[in-house]
Amino acid sequence: MENVEKEPLWTAKTKKLLTNPLGMENPITVQVLGICSALAVTVKMKPAIVMAISVTVVVALSNLIIALMRKSIPGRIRIIVQLVVIATLVIIVDQFLKAFAFDVSKQLSVFVGLIITNCIIMGRLEAFAMANKPWPSFLDGIGNGAGYGLILIIVSFFREFLGSGSIMGYPVMEKLGVYKFGYEDNGMMILPPMALITLGLIIWVQRARNKSLIENK
Amino acid sequence: MENLVNIFVKSIFIDNMIFAYFLGMCSYLAVSKTVKTSMGLGIAVTFVLVITVPVNFLLEQYVLKKGALVWLNESFATLDLSFLSFIMFIAVIASIVQLVEMVIEKSSPALYNSLGIFLPLIAVNCAILGASLFMQEREYANIAEATVFGLGSGIGWLLAIVALAAIREKLRYSNVPAPLRGLGITFILTGLMGIAFMSFLGITL
Repeated sequence: MENVEKEPLWTAKTKKLLTNPLGMENPITVQVLGICSALAVTVKMKPAIVMAISVTVVVALSNLIIALMRKSIPGRIRIIVQLVVIATLVIIVDQFLKAFAFDVSKQLSVFVGLIITNCIIMGRLEAFAMANKPWPSFLDGIGNGAGYGLILIIVSFFREFLGSGSIMGYPVMEKLGVYKFGYEDNGMMILPPMALITLGLIIWVQRARNKSLIENK
Repeated sequence: MENLVNIFVKSIFIDNMIFAYFLGMCSYLAVSKTVKTSMGLGIAVTFVLVITVPVNFLLEQYVLKKGALVWLNESFATLDLSFLSFIMFIAVIASIVQLVEMVIEKSSPALYNSLGIFLPLIAVNCAILGASLFMQEREYANIAEATVFGLGSGIGWLLAIVALAAIREKLRYSNVPAPLRGLGITFILTGLMGIAFMSFLGITL
């Protein structure tokens, strides 16, 4: 453990851990992790933001805990150990939400529990925390949680704005008075399939701007 | 009986795991490149669902629900262990997947070879935990209903992944704009399939 003190806390490398997942290594659009929950909670912005924060907390803390224990976990049973750590953290988050944000926790319903099987968390544990020190692992967790949250917020912004004409529950379209001119909300945006199509379009935009992400046939 | 048929049809078409709740998307996107492998994964998921949902149902009824432990002692009537359900469900799923893997390996090596690589992956498939959590949320009345729900959800998932794989196989010969290739077009395809599946909404038997 004496090596830990010698490394400065902030270097270009640690900064990259935070910023890379926001763009070039985004967990949703590039690594294809954690799609399930990303789509189901994006009808309104508020639950999406709560979900993003919950996932960030769980992924950062579980990365930290697993990185601390990584040398004492036998390889064969590591999945079970990881699941237990994740499940414990998710129970804490779930109980916290039930106590302090009950309506949001009702809206999220089973998806809080599904953070356990969210592939971002398992994916980051396997790919990063099992082989790195606690501090970088913690930052990696924060970065990936934020990258996940970013996509969630973008998708939910479009779905709420176009589908219900509001932002964060504030009725923008009504205040602007566009309904008088015959504008109507696009009810289709609220339906589940539109989340997939919105995400498909986001990927299209991102890959059109970063040619290196384009997949070969 | 009518009730069971209703739950069955509903869980396949209306509450389809993929198109209505996006559960099990990760493996759905990763494994749907050819029909054959996606069929294997679909069967494995169905198999595990049929076993885990009723087992978790029993666990919920006799251990976790409020007052469920009365059969042990009258004084447990106010005990509510439902906050433990996540960790219990995931533990059951992980151990059953392991068990199923060992049983299949011993009893039917042919099936094991075709499912083999997919089985361990299933423990972290959100569709499996999702089905158990939905079972808990919807409060199915008895074990038959829970089993039928598990079977229906599995078949719905199988249907979705095989359909997508079949489309992706054909898609290889079409001219997709370069930035949309791969992931992007798959999302849009799934969205369109989801819209088609929405026509089943409102069917009750």
